[in-house]
Amino acid sequence: MPLWPSVVLLGVFLAGPILYCVYSAFTDMALTGASGAHFVGFDNFRKAFGSSEFRASLVYTLIFTVLSAIIGQNVLGMVLALLMRSGTAWVRALVSTIVIGAWVIPEVVAGYLWSAFLGNDGSLNHILGVLSLPEQNWLFDIPILAVSLANIWRGTAFSMLVYSAALSEVPKEIEESATVDGAGTWQRLWSVTLPMIRRSIMTNLMLITLQTLSVFGLIWTMTRGGPSNKSETLPLFAYQQAFQLSQLGYGTALALVLLAIGAVFSLVYLRALRLEEGLR
Amino acid sequence: MTFSLTARPPRRVMDKMAVNLALLVVAAGFVIPLLWLILAAFDARAGVAVHWPHPWTLHNFHAILTYDTTYRPMINGAILCGGGTLLTVAVSVLAAYPLSRYRFRAKRPFLLTILFATGLPITAIMVPVYGMFVQVNLIDTLIGTILFMATTALPISIWLTKNFMDGVPVELEQAAWTDGATVMQGLRRIVLPLMWPGLAVVTIYTFIGLWGNFFVPFVLLSSNDRLPASVSIYTFFGQYGQVVYGQLAAYSMLYSLPAVLLYLMLSRRLGGAFSFGGAVKG
Repeated sequence: MPLWPSVVLLGVFLAGPILYCVYSAFTDMALTGASGAHFVGFDNFRKAFGSSEFRASLVYTLIFTVLSAIIGQNVLGMVLALLMRSGTAWVRALVSTIVIGAWVIPEVVAGYLWSAFLGNDGSLNHILGVLSLPEQNWLFDIPILAVSLANIWRGTAFSMLVYSAALSEVPKEIEESATVDGAGTWQRLWSVTLPMIRRSIMTNLMLITLQTLSVFGLIWTMTRGGPSNKSETLPLFAYQQAFQLSQLGYGTALALVLLAIGAVFSLVYLRALRLEEGLR
Repeated sequence: MTFSLTARPPRRVMDKMAVNLALLVVAAGFVIPLLWLILAAFDARAGVAVHWPHPWTLHNFHAILTYDTTYRPMINGAILCGGGTLLTVAVSVLAAYPLSRYRFRAKRPFLLTILFATGLPITAIMVPVYGMFVQVNLIDTLIGTILFMATTALPISIWLTKNFMDGVPVELEQAAWTDGATVMQGLRRIVLPLMWPGLAVVTIYTFIGLWGNFFVPFVLLSSNDRLPASVSIYTFFGQYGQVVYGQLAAYSMLYSLPAVLLYLMLSRRLGGAFSFGGAVKG
């Protein structure tokens, strides 16, 4: 049966680690400990939810996801896709090349060029200075906003492509007849166009939320979660606890929380797909 | 004069101009952060601030084009991502075939699991994967990293491949079977040649994803001589007490180049929205 190679790979390298994750989250496993791991029950989780650092990282994860994915990428992607429909051909080509370019370059590179862009002496502050707006020490004072901006820049292309594909399938006649019936641009958008692509909107929201939950490289290269943990989302917190502080058991417990959040979103996504059409 | 003062441009033209203007403003917002990268790469004395390089120079590129700094990480990256991509695509084709052609009881649960797995944050399982790799001695090996990278790319890749394979009519294979071809021959000689554009999408998409992946090799590899470009760019950053921004920018450009070129190839051949119709519709 040709299905076997995939079953083996997925079983060994995906299901295996997940089970191992579940197991070691309940132990006091350490990275360097030769003494072996002991079963400690829910201690790791109690420790996590009792720690203000963990709760802060949950909040930062939430801010990062809502700000950069649900608001930033989603809305900007939709606006671009809508505008693209009535733009001139060369403008469309230019804009999509640039936006997709930001998406295609590797995340570490995106991290570096955004730290340069937002740096104290960086371009954004120069632009703000020229416009006589107050300059900001972006990476130091509001690092979570800085990494969110970078993630919007990097991820918008995905939403734009999804929405462009969805909008191209909306029949022109329906929108035109709404115009004939006297609907204004906004009204037509709100009560005709958007409802017709609601399934793509749902799917896209789920996908970008899941992608954003697990962003590591971008934040790591820009701020390493700092300064004083002010941009430390859950993936970075788990990484630091497990590898830099050698608390493998605690780290996997944190990872399990992240995995659980992802799993919930993934299930909602599956349900949304099935409710609308059923899986073929 | 044919141009009369009262002939104002019609509303439609005004609308179109407004739309174009808005699009160009957004594009400018996207381009400005990129400018630093391009200008700094050609400026021997680049800092964080954007300066027009004078003179334009290839000095940064000359400085980094050595075996240790650039060639070896690129080769490692090519081995890791090339190997991972080949494995992913081969396994995906094998898995997609029965999923596309047969009915069997495990099909639906398998597809649901695959879809579910595409959503899981891989970042979360890196800690246990590290622990597992230490125990089975796969840590800091290229082969172990290739296997894991291929697995992370597998769910979405199987899903896409199955959707592309669904587009190949089964009648052609049936004709081949009557002529005495085996199932595998049918797959190799009939199905694969007919779905090669889809296969190209999966291959390039997988490769770009793996090429940009930082966290997996960052955790699983530690020897300097095995690190791919995505990670060595990071060690590059701290190698000297002070960051040599021009060289960092030049290196970033070289490292981004394969992904950008492959994407251009993809979009040229298949049109802008390529796989998203199939990938997202489910």
